[in-house]
Amino acid sequence: MTLTPVITAHWDRPDLYTLAGYRAIGGYTALAKALQQEPDAIISTVKDTGLRGRGGAGFPTGLKWSFVPQNDGKPHYLVVNADESEPGACKDIPIMMATPHTLIEGVIISSYAIRANHAFIYIRGEVPQAIRRVAAAVREAEQAGLLGDNILGSGFNLRVTIHSGAGAYICGEETALLDSLEGRRGQPRLKPPFPAVAGLYASPTVVNNVETICNVPFIVNNGVEWFRKFGTEKSPGFKVFAISGHVNRPGIYEAPLGVTMRELLDYAGGMRGGRPVKFWLPGGSSVPMLTAEHLDLPLTYEEMAAAGTMLGTGTPMLFDDTVSVVRAVTRWLEFYKHESCGKCTPCREGTYWITGVLERFEHGHGSAAEIDTLVDLCDQIGGRSFCALGDAAATPYPAALKYFRNEFEAGTSQAAELEFAPAASYLFSEATAR
Amino acid sequence: MTLGPEIRAEMEQIKQRYPDPRSALLPMLHLVQSVQSEVTTEGMALCADVLSITPAEVAAVATFYTMYKRRPVGKHHIGVCTNTLCGLLGGDAVYAALSERLGVGHDESTPDGKFWLERIECQAACTHAPVMTVDWEFMDQQTPASAIDVIDQLARGEEVRSTRGPVIRNFTATERTLAFPDDGLAGEGPVADELMLAGLRVAQERGMSAPTAGQGN
Repeated sequence: MTLTPVITAHWDRPDLYTLAGYRAIGGYTALAKALQQEPDAIISTVKDTGLRGRGGAGFPTGLKWSFVPQNDGKPHYLVVNADESEPGACKDIPIMMATPHTLIEGVIISSYAIRANHAFIYIRGEVPQAIRRVAAAVREAEQAGLLGDNILGSGFNLRVTIHSGAGAYICGEETALLDSLEGRRGQPRLKPPFPAVAGLYASPTVVNNVETICNVPFIVNNGVEWFRKFGTEKSPGFKVFAISGHVNRPGIYEAPLGVTMRELLDYAGGMRGGRPVKFWLPGGSSVPMLTAEHLDLPLTYEEMAAAGTMLGTGTPMLFDDTVSVVRAVTRWLEFYKHESCGKCTPCREGTYWITGVLERFEHGHGSAAEIDTLVDLCDQIGGRSFCALGDAAATPYPAALKYFRNEFEAGTSQAAELEFAPAASYLFSEATAR
Repeated sequence: MTLGPEIRAEMEQIKQRYPDPRSALLPMLHLVQSVQSEVTTEGMALCADVLSITPAEVAAVATFYTMYKRRPVGKHHIGVCTNTLCGLLGGDAVYAALSERLGVGHDESTPDGKFWLERIECQAACTHAPVMTVDWEFMDQQTPASAIDVIDQLARGEEVRSTRGPVIRNFTATERTLAFPDDGLAGEGPVADELMLAGLRVAQERGMSAPTAGQGN
């Protein structure tokens, strides 16, 4: 399958981040079209495309929008989840850096569709350059009458607020994000009620990922039939894949859903030094790992589910045979331990226990019985917490054990670094390191 | 530095962005750090006063988020991603080299107040591994040697430019940007660097493009 740059098509324009640059490639023509339609017509169009959320869960976007009650007398809100913090995920920040106006145009159209007059873009605090670009885009759009009152003479009013987070992975979970946006600790809420009914300030709220919203202007301009030329029946559309790890040309590659990892790997120049792929994750550390035998599977929601994993954020990380799977998994668990918000006991305590045991395996002090104890521990976290962070924390170990049990067995008598010298995985040689 | 009336006025300005004033708390805490290089007790009390909530409610929030510090960060915040991908691809060595050079460990600052070192979690730049940040500006694709160069140049007061952003200022300046993002620096750095353009370049070389509307597959 070929690459199909859509969102990324003009990223080589040095002025793309400005309004003038964006207008030069046809920017904001979709907005003018959208404002001539009924909001419900836009919701129907997005529904008909089958667009699924690009933040990881893959929920149908149009369906989410249609859950917002209408004529309920309450304010509605659109909240863009730009808290990209999933280990491996690095596509929303580049989108905001390169083409912030695509996001703003998508925000205006989406807000119009769900009848929101105030939208928020919650951007993680650790990326000031992305925050600046989006903030500058908002100001330019305001000055050009694309935001504010009576946008393009349509009678539609919209205000956009840029909100900087403060360092908490959990705020990528939509209800924790809403609590954080309300000025509280970022802790998930019990669902139901879902945000579409009681979200920000207990009002109907749609929370969408950056890339999802960036699909909307293209859909409005080109239509359902065009959108469905990409991808499969259940996974229509194109995807901004961010490929990282031991590949020769890591970076952003946009292709239809259904492209295979092997095809993407070819575009990315193959693995460094021609080494084999040992394991890879299709979309973040929260999805179970796969191996070289899965490289020919289409990257779609359904095929990844059939293979026992998930498409997730669609940002593959590939590791070669220099990497200890025990070390990799231990590090991910240390992350979940650090980022667990502490609300639910299984996640708060379980991530500590799993991490502690895994660290023993990494250092060669594991015990054979603990290999199965860890499986039990993961079983006690998955499905027993408010949000997906707990499920995610219970994910890396069982998947790694399925493919690399021998490495955990070795961890009962030998430190990982003896078989897998850490420096062998570095992207620079030791000679050039100092 | 104390938090004068102009800071209170700026907090009132931030409140105006939201239907509910309490939503302003996160940017307000960034503003406190932009003046005091940490979230002080004084700063939390001021936030509480401006928002008509209790200092305990503010403290609960301030202690939850990793970016808020309860000790002065000092001039420069240095972050090294040691999550799995960056760490295993070399971030561990970058961190170790910086820790040795600066003589401090995780979440510690040098006695002269110039550098705060922190092992950070995924910075959403895995394509650019191993990733370092200086005052949260991207310093992509580091080696131990290049990272030490950055530190040495900053220590000598030389100009250091982010790989995808502006010339490095200091920690408090970035914190101010997080409270007031429209700081005039949006045009600094490339729109997209070569890694962000990797796929577009391959598509251009191989004559690949997306179907246009009305055009068959």
